[in-house]
Amino acid sequence: MDAMTEKTTHADTVEFYGARVNSRLLLGTAQYPSPAILAEAIRASGTEIVTVSLRRESGVAKSGQSFWQIIRDLGVKVLPNTAGCKTVKEAITTAEMARELFGTPWVKLEVIGEDDTLQPDVFGLVEAARTLVRDGFQVFPYTTEDLVVAEKLISAGCEVLMPWGAPIGSGRGLNNPYGLRSMRAHFPGIPLVVDAGVGVPSHAAAAMEMGYDAVLLNTAVAKAGDPVRMARAFARAIEAGREALIADPMEVRDMAAPSTPVMGRAVLGQ
Amino acid sequence: MLSPHDETTATPRTANAMRVKIVGAGVAGLTCAHAFARRGAEVTIVERKAGSGQGCSWYAGGMLAPWCERESAEPIIAELGFESLDYWREAVPDVPKEGSLVLAQPRDLPDLRRFSRRTEGYEWIDDTRIAALEPDLEGRFDQGLFFPTEAHLEPRKALAALTRKLVDEHHVTIRYEAEGFDGDDAADVVVDCRGLAARDQLEDLRGVKGEMLVLYSTEIALKRPVRMLHPRIPVYIVPRGDGHFMIGATSIENDERGRVTGRSMLELLSAVYALHPAFGEAEIVEIGADVRPAFPDNLPRLRRRGNTIYVNGLYRHGFLAAPALARRAAELAFDGTHFPEVMDEDHREW
Repeated sequence: MDAMTEKTTHADTVEFYGARVNSRLLLGTAQYPSPAILAEAIRASGTEIVTVSLRRESGVAKSGQSFWQIIRDLGVKVLPNTAGCKTVKEAITTAEMARELFGTPWVKLEVIGEDDTLQPDVFGLVEAARTLVRDGFQVFPYTTEDLVVAEKLISAGCEVLMPWGAPIGSGRGLNNPYGLRSMRAHFPGIPLVVDAGVGVPSHAAAAMEMGYDAVLLNTAVAKAGDPVRMARAFARAIEAGREALIADPMEVRDMAAPSTPVMGRAVLGQ
Repeated sequence: MLSPHDETTATPRTANAMRVKIVGAGVAGLTCAHAFARRGAEVTIVERKAGSGQGCSWYAGGMLAPWCERESAEPIIAELGFESLDYWREAVPDVPKEGSLVLAQPRDLPDLRRFSRRTEGYEWIDDTRIAALEPDLEGRFDQGLFFPTEAHLEPRKALAALTRKLVDEHHVTIRYEAEGFDGDDAADVVVDCRGLAARDQLEDLRGVKGEMLVLYSTEIALKRPVRMLHPRIPVYIVPRGDGHFMIGATSIENDERGRVTGRSMLELLSAVYALHPAFGEAEIVEIGADVRPAFPDNLPRLRRRGNTIYVNGLYRHGFLAAPALARRAAELAFDGTHFPEVMDEDHREW
């Protein structure tokens, strides 16, 4: 059975480390006007996985408990992240704390290499991934579309890859469609999630049409004028993009292809 | 038209006056004391610290900027803010109405446009206007937003002045270094204004940490608060007079009191340095941090249980919301008025 038939004969779910979810929208939990609006946005979007950052919130005595409890109470899967970590050691310590706080082996691994663009430090990323996988973590690495880095992350034991669409918070969409398309083609069996840089729902739909398994975003929803409505808009766009992929879109042609015969019309170029 | 806070609308105290105990002498407690005293109540404030306004009010920015807050907060915050702005200008001295300035580095102009779409009460201004308003910022920014109707105050001075007024003009008794619930409850009404400490009664209250610093420089002068937008590190600078500038503030989802981190100071300082390099040579006079009390929707609440009224959840909007909430708390106690915009349930039948 080819991949396309399989997609249509089973319920269209996506699987990360053995966990099946229906929603292909993953949401970050930072920067919302309030926890109440965050909760409403998550409900409106049907999101089943949310990321939560710990590095700065934990303080010296894990003092972010109130907010984390709000996240736990949402009843969705929590993917703790190592946002704001710049060294391998920091990322590993944060991941260990996350596992303890949320009782999950999942971690979205960010090792930031550059402050301005928040571009991942892919060398540190591979190193941290290797250590974390050895320690029993299930790592979701935030990476670039670089294929060699992707190979190394997979051999380190990552079973999901999360390439950026554009720098974090930039809202620029898919900056390198060619690179993302090649990545999809190179790793047909690995769940791929476009993470970061997505600004509007059409960007997310484009990623889904390209064959990506899911999209992770935060700022585009949190900083929208109406985050709840925007969350719903993204959910619909992602569904539309996914449906379009499964529906097998038409090929693009260089010439217009009229759907009705042109016989009988005046000769062109008279 | 008289504002609801005008002193001439006050009721004199009578022999059988309502006895009100207010717990907490922060901005919520003191404005509540004022609102109840003006209605003729016999008011006692108990405060566990040694003076007024030494909780998170101490670290407030003191911007009375309802339009600017409208960008990120619900409309109710702006409504409470307009009322509170009028209150402060009547209640205490030194509340300059110089407006607010909102600026962004050229690469962050999308944030300035976004800010402008989310609010009103401003005008777009160019470099010439910016230089006319704040001569020391000449040549540094091409465009900005000016909110001419906003004001600011120095929170510590304002609360000291309000405390004097309560004691001198309204005969309010204040007991410092005293526990709020000491069994001595002859009060008809207790108004709980303890901020995050009231979490023992209000379980949905959480803390949101804020860090700030105060700089001293004679090389630069500002007349009004300036907000610098940035996608990750928004910052504001409030001139405090005599070369002092309050720089704030971080907003971190935890309830850790007092601990200021290097990263937060780096961010605040680099943002303010980008506003004007003179801040690079400024003296650091103070750094501080405290925890703002917030409900899940970050909006303030009045809640009534028996004879206790809770005034809480003022979050980042202490000075902006407290006087308007205080007036409502007094009307709730005296008249049984229900205020759906700041109350969860209807208690009129109680």
